[in-house]
Amino acid sequence: AYRDEDGEPWVLPVVLDLEKKLVQSVTYNHEYILFLGTDSFKTLAPRLILGEESPALRTGRAFGVQTVSGTSALRVGAELLARYYNYTTFYISDPTWDNHELTFLYAGFSTSRKYRYWDPVKRGVDFEGLIEDLREAPENSVIVLQLCAHNPTGCDLTKKQWTEVADVMQERKLFTFFDAAYQGLASGNLEEDAWAVRYFADRGFEMLIAQTFSKNMGLYGERIGCLTVVLAKGRSEDATNILSQLTLIARATYISPPKYGAEIVTAVLSDPELMEEWKKCLRVMVDRVLSMRSGLRERLEKMETPGDWEYITNQIGMFSFLGLTPRQVEYIRIKHHVHMLSNGRANMCGLNDKNIDKVAEAIHDTVTKVHD
Amino acid sequence: MATSSRIASVSTSLLKNNQYGISSVVGRASSWWSHVEMGPPDAILGVTEAYKRDTNPKKINLGVGAYRDDNGKPYVLPSVLKAEERLSAKKLDKEYAPIAGSAEFCNLSINLALGEDNEQSKNGLNATLQGISGTGSLRIGAAFLAKFFPGNKEVYLPTPSWGNHTPIFKHSGLNVQQYRYYDPKTCGFDFQGALQDIAKIPEKSIILFHACAHNPTGVDPKPEQWAEISKVVQQKKLFPFFDMAYQGFASGDVARDAFAVRHFVKNGHEIVLTQSYAKNMGLYGERAGAFSLITSSKEAAQTTLSQLKIIVRPMYSNPPIHGARIVTEILSDPSLKSQWLQDVKGMADRIISVRTQLRDNLKKEGSQRDWSHITDQIGMFCFTGMNQQQAERLTKDFSVYLTKDGRISMAGVTSKNVDYLAHAIHEITK
Repeated sequence: AYRDEDGEPWVLPVVLDLEKKLVQSVTYNHEYILFLGTDSFKTLAPRLILGEESPALRTGRAFGVQTVSGTSALRVGAELLARYYNYTTFYISDPTWDNHELTFLYAGFSTSRKYRYWDPVKRGVDFEGLIEDLREAPENSVIVLQLCAHNPTGCDLTKKQWTEVADVMQERKLFTFFDAAYQGLASGNLEEDAWAVRYFADRGFEMLIAQTFSKNMGLYGERIGCLTVVLAKGRSEDATNILSQLTLIARATYISPPKYGAEIVTAVLSDPELMEEWKKCLRVMVDRVLSMRSGLRERLEKMETPGDWEYITNQIGMFSFLGLTPRQVEYIRIKHHVHMLSNGRANMCGLNDKNIDKVAEAIHDTVTKVHD
Repeated sequence: MATSSRIASVSTSLLKNNQYGISSVVGRASSWWSHVEMGPPDAILGVTEAYKRDTNPKKINLGVGAYRDDNGKPYVLPSVLKAEERLSAKKLDKEYAPIAGSAEFCNLSINLALGEDNEQSKNGLNATLQGISGTGSLRIGAAFLAKFFPGNKEVYLPTPSWGNHTPIFKHSGLNVQQYRYYDPKTCGFDFQGALQDIAKIPEKSIILFHACAHNPTGVDPKPEQWAEISKVVQQKKLFPFFDMAYQGFASGDVARDAFAVRHFVKNGHEIVLTQSYAKNMGLYGERAGAFSLITSSKEAAQTTLSQLKIIVRPMYSNPPIHGARIVTEILSDPSLKSQWLQDVKGMADRIISVRTQLRDNLKKEGSQRDWSHITDQIGMFCFTGMNQQQAERLTKDFSVYLTKDGRISMAGVTSKNVDYLAHAIHEITK
């Protein structure tokens, strides 16, 4: 989760203001919303990810449904694929968010595989390995692709690399499932961050997209997500059948998604002024993370800490793989009380002006003292 | 957005060749997927849609399962509004709740259900999680039982039951069976039929009970009948699954409405309990509910809780905070709680009063039928005893909207429309 410069959770100002108005509004209530979310949410959320001009949305071959968070969007989408269309095999990046695998397995997939992603030597993407693994994937494998701000590595593909991935997906007849958890929080620009999914949509790919407003609108515990389905050109008539199946899944799991957070999202997305406010908030979060990244890199380079620290500023989003080994991760935790996941994932939001010097020194001490 | 001239657009041949692509599969629907049925259109939604389209100024919507005030408007409980004001002032963050929801929410929920001083929560015998309202809690229960229940993985539902029970259990891989419950001849509880059927259920099966305000019939067993049922369930070694969606909303008294649950637990049954705050706190769309497993040991409570969390995480990670915070605020503050108890009694009282008015008006209309079941039944719903044709005529001729089974939502009845309703029902049934 994002933390501000005092290390505290941050409720976006645009959200705070909106909440006050919302609760006082004459029409405020807690009535049921429809199984798949309100009409406005179902229009606005997919539009955010696919773009205002999206031909897929305009022709009705792309549509979205509200879910109970991004996890739920992944789960509902995975159930649709596994239970109604008999997909059996899925691929996730190595490494990936720790909940991806179980989500797909519990949805009914039988086979979990990984495609290479993190190159510990380069401290970047093992792109050749990635492409090789996708090439080897059996036809009809579902490939989970993180749209931007890769969790946990912080390493994203370049545009050129995305086009090559698309080529292989097409050639090998693999099914695309985008996980879009950080739109706006990678580069700070909503459109830029959505480039890859829009590119795939333009190329006519059929796909599922899981979106969440947990991080980019700071709505975490409100559990607001969206599952967007993009069908092939000329197949918009299939939407009815698919919506019917999605309704059945929703009814058997939670009936309808939460109302309160969805109203916040809808209010922001439907109001140009609020959109501008929101974009400013995104910039605040991204700029802070960027300044922490460059601050950390500068300090390590100044101290001449052994290693090449350029990748800290090459990586993007809230998380970074600092390239520490498991022993180093343990050492830095015990000796310096600097906590990161055992796989070496560091939350850059945890850095602030008060602790960045200490953290840099801790990394320096760790890397010089602990060798594997 | 960048559209490179190098983009090779995906030709439709990809999807024709990809026999598992969604579109191509659906396109060949008749050959591969003819066994996948189109989901039944939601009966209740259908009623509301039709109601909306009707231009008759006297129309009445008796389909929806949400409380309405005497003007037919949605009702935000005063205690809820107050709780929300307090929450705004607290300036809370929106951090993720724990997977099981907040511990405070869970404790307050189980104590509401079992009573403040219940032995189970005092001794840590319950594994309780926040669920996505009653439905989400049912789903957690279904998934848990499908995975871990050591007995016969079949759930016995009363006939009839809430229409969504079956899909939830089936989706999780449990078989669904029935036991007699509603007696259409009396529009009441078929006590003997129920006992007979329950006695025939295979040992170690799961049996589901509506704790109070049975949906859709409004027919509840009396306390002494619950006591009998409890004995048979014990003899047959059946596993009770209580769905309590209307605590407080049925009689207006939370203790009274929880009688069956508390009786079973006091008599040593280990049960599953699902609770919903949708109706009794009017929190419908905020999806606040709880799932509990009442076990016989602290260890069992802890191990089952850990397994329950494993079921939740790949479903939605952690539950929604907004509704749960309102519940917590209300139940943890004595003055708010007592305000809430008044609010919920107010709702129950209004329902009871329109039941009485409807029954009296039918008599005044000159109806010769016995309408005592209208006031014998309890909660949001009333099984009028009308058949499908009568229900359809009621809609067609009088713009009164109800479900085909003759069920009416008393929440849609007001002092302003009850005369018209009585007249309409009398015309159809005389």
